[in-house]
Amino acid sequence: MEERRPILQMRHIHKQFPGVKALSDVQFRLFPGEVHALMGENGAGKSTLIKVLTGVYSIDRGEVELEQKRIVIQGPQDAQAAGISTVYQEVNLCPNLSVAENIFIGREPMRFGRIQWKKLNAAAAKLLEERMHLKIDVTQPLHVYPIAIQQLVAIARALNISAKVLILDEPTSSLDRGEVRQLFDVMNKLKSEGLAILFVTHFLNQVYEISDRITILRGGEFVGEYAASALPRIELVSKMIGKELKLLEELPKQPAAAEKKESGILMEAKSLGKRGAIEPFDLSIRQGEIVGLAGLLGSGRTEAARLLFGADAPDQGSLVIGRGGSAQTPRRAIDNGIAFCSEDRKGEGIIDDLTIRENIVLALQASQGWFRSISRKRQTEIAGQFIEALNINPPNPDQLIKNLSGGNQQKVLLARWLLTDPKLLILDEPTRGIDIGAKAEIQKLVMSLSQKGVSVLFISSELEEVLRVSDRIVVLRDRRKVKELQGDEMSEQSVMKAIAGGGEG
Amino acid sequence: MLKRQHMPIFVTIALFAFMFIAGSFRYTGFFSAQVLLNLFIDNAFLLIVAIGMTFVIISGGIDLSVGSVIALTTMISSTLLQDGWSPVFVIPLVLLLGLLFGGAMGAIIHYFKIQPFIVTLAGMFLARGLCYVISTNTITINHAFYTAVAQTKVTLPGGNFVSISVLIALLVFAAAFYMAHYTRFGRNTYALGGNEQSSVLMGLPVARTKIGVYMFSGFCSALAGVVFTFYMLSGYGLHAIGMELDAIAAVVIGGTLLTGGFGYLAGTLFGVLIQGVIQTIISFEGTLSSWWTRIVIGLLLFFFILLQKLFSSRGPLQRNIALDGKKD
Repeated sequence: MEERRPILQMRHIHKQFPGVKALSDVQFRLFPGEVHALMGENGAGKSTLIKVLTGVYSIDRGEVELEQKRIVIQGPQDAQAAGISTVYQEVNLCPNLSVAENIFIGREPMRFGRIQWKKLNAAAAKLLEERMHLKIDVTQPLHVYPIAIQQLVAIARALNISAKVLILDEPTSSLDRGEVRQLFDVMNKLKSEGLAILFVTHFLNQVYEISDRITILRGGEFVGEYAASALPRIELVSKMIGKELKLLEELPKQPAAAEKKESGILMEAKSLGKRGAIEPFDLSIRQGEIVGLAGLLGSGRTEAARLLFGADAPDQGSLVIGRGGSAQTPRRAIDNGIAFCSEDRKGEGIIDDLTIRENIVLALQASQGWFRSISRKRQTEIAGQFIEALNINPPNPDQLIKNLSGGNQQKVLLARWLLTDPKLLILDEPTRGIDIGAKAEIQKLVMSLSQKGVSVLFISSELEEVLRVSDRIVVLRDRRKVKELQGDEMSEQSVMKAIAGGGEG
Repeated sequence: MLKRQHMPIFVTIALFAFMFIAGSFRYTGFFSAQVLLNLFIDNAFLLIVAIGMTFVIISGGIDLSVGSVIALTTMISSTLLQDGWSPVFVIPLVLLLGLLFGGAMGAIIHYFKIQPFIVTLAGMFLARGLCYVISTNTITINHAFYTAVAQTKVTLPGGNFVSISVLIALLVFAAAFYMAHYTRFGRNTYALGGNEQSSVLMGLPVARTKIGVYMFSGFCSALAGVVFTFYMLSGYGLHAIGMELDAIAAVVIGGTLLTGGFGYLAGTLFGVLIQGVIQTIISFEGTLSSWWTRIVIGLLLFFFILLQKLFSSRGPLQRNIALDGKKD
């Protein structure tokens, strides 16, 4: 191991953004034939480091060496030409083009200025089959395939550009278990073929399952590089967070579920359903109760939440909130004390070009009506309160929200809704793509809210998380509510069984 | 193999066939090869602009300047011819001007990141205004070459004929078809319309493609302008008013998605023919005002836009939604 020379070496990398030191004196090594996980909290500098590598950002100081030769990467094309390819979580391909074309566009086999379609399709099919074990019709447009396949296609494209270094940026965030398995098989195969893979993820299990080595960043600084086998999980977490904290383990198990049984019903849905989205389901939520919604990707979790919030119109069933309130439209739902944090933070939640302060007061302002403006002083006060309470970083209310990391953006969103004093908070994947520290903070916050009498509908792909926070768990499968578990029935085993369909039909 | 994404184009073709057959049953003399060919003769210029427009719309843009560029082309051509220039110089010159005009708009759209709608709207006013700088009157063309081209009938086997303009239009169509499906420029245009961000990250030449698309549209407009002078034998600032909208209508009726990324030139061809067949039916009817053409086209547009909506909301034609916010 010691004699091998790294294919990629980054030394003393510095990068400064206006007001933020994104990277200072960071180093990184990548050897051929290894999977190297880059770990760090939100804001640790992972994305920045990757963007430096892919040529999206230029560095202020430091050097990058590829195969012992110093290189300066000036743009995405440069990086690709040098042999550094990246596959992002959001698949960056063209959904309207065929699979084959997506792999080869820009480098199509040409003859006399004419694209050789037959050759192109055959080459694509061969590439996918040999290197990805994927047998699909490559002439179909990309959008007909699920995200997992699209990601493999993106990797195939990257490999075809004779990649020496493959960067996988959060590739597993939107994949289900089987799809992750498939991706890992491909990664293992590529690794054995000598490719160097840089892997970024928030799932600790996956880190240990696939990586050989781990580099940890914290606050834009290099913490260390470790062999995965020599770094116990708890140590990894503490190094990432920088405190000797067993955060997640220490979270109190939700107490007094029994007490909440006494409280009144806040919302009741009766055979609520929408064709093609979710089959009719019953669901009641008591005051102060946390109801977890578990299920695989595409099982109808978000669809159910959208019905409850009035974002989609149900085609059957009824929904009553409190005493006779309804949620036919989001506006009505908000008036009745329901708040909905969408899983699509970027698209449906935050407004990029506004500051933290403006994003926080948005919902409050809307509920007050546009003519009763909230004074600047009051706004800053409110923002200050939430920044402190939720530990939003940077603690500057006038920072633009687009400069925040995912976890902090999520906290701002939460603050926005908390400000309206909701009775029921619907959280759709509130911890997706954010790090452990922020995750724990959000979970804690959810629990303390429930103690104050706020009900929460908690949607998450992470079973562990759902189990930890929920008083009751509703399991969805294939767009159907299949089980409701509470108290002692709630265990990883029982929920998984329900998700997998072992229990009842 | 009938693929889903081909559905809109089949609807277009079926609609054209239906209209032509319906016209044949209703009017005597309608069902003849010559009536069909006349559709091409009377709409050659529209077909040429619509081909350029198809590329622009597939790339995710729009070009509102095409009608004005046609008018400007007729004005420049007629003035220069009057001044004694030879068509050998005039035609290449106006084509070059169209190319440059489109290229300039494309460059502004790309480098300053301004919506194509507003840039080409400015281009539309500019070109139309320039017509009146040249002259506010009609300038007739009586150059021998132009009248000869205008009057030449290319006889087809069976005694029917087409004009030279039709041959030009079909040539442009064939070239554009080849370009769209067998060249990198064409495929990059589709990619650009599919997802511009991805195109950048995939290392495609986005700037070159985008500017190239508007250059091609400018060139097509100028060429349509030349064909228009063959047809009208005059230059006038009021020529081809609203033609950009006819072209857009033809493209949309042809099944191209206004949001970019999906569309076929064959669809555009039939989109143009449908507009032609409506006009023909109305002229055969005799008593109807020609504004009925617009009414029918308006209704058809509604129908096709709804149809597209149906297809795109059923299938995942939408872009992949970014599932996550910024990460680090």
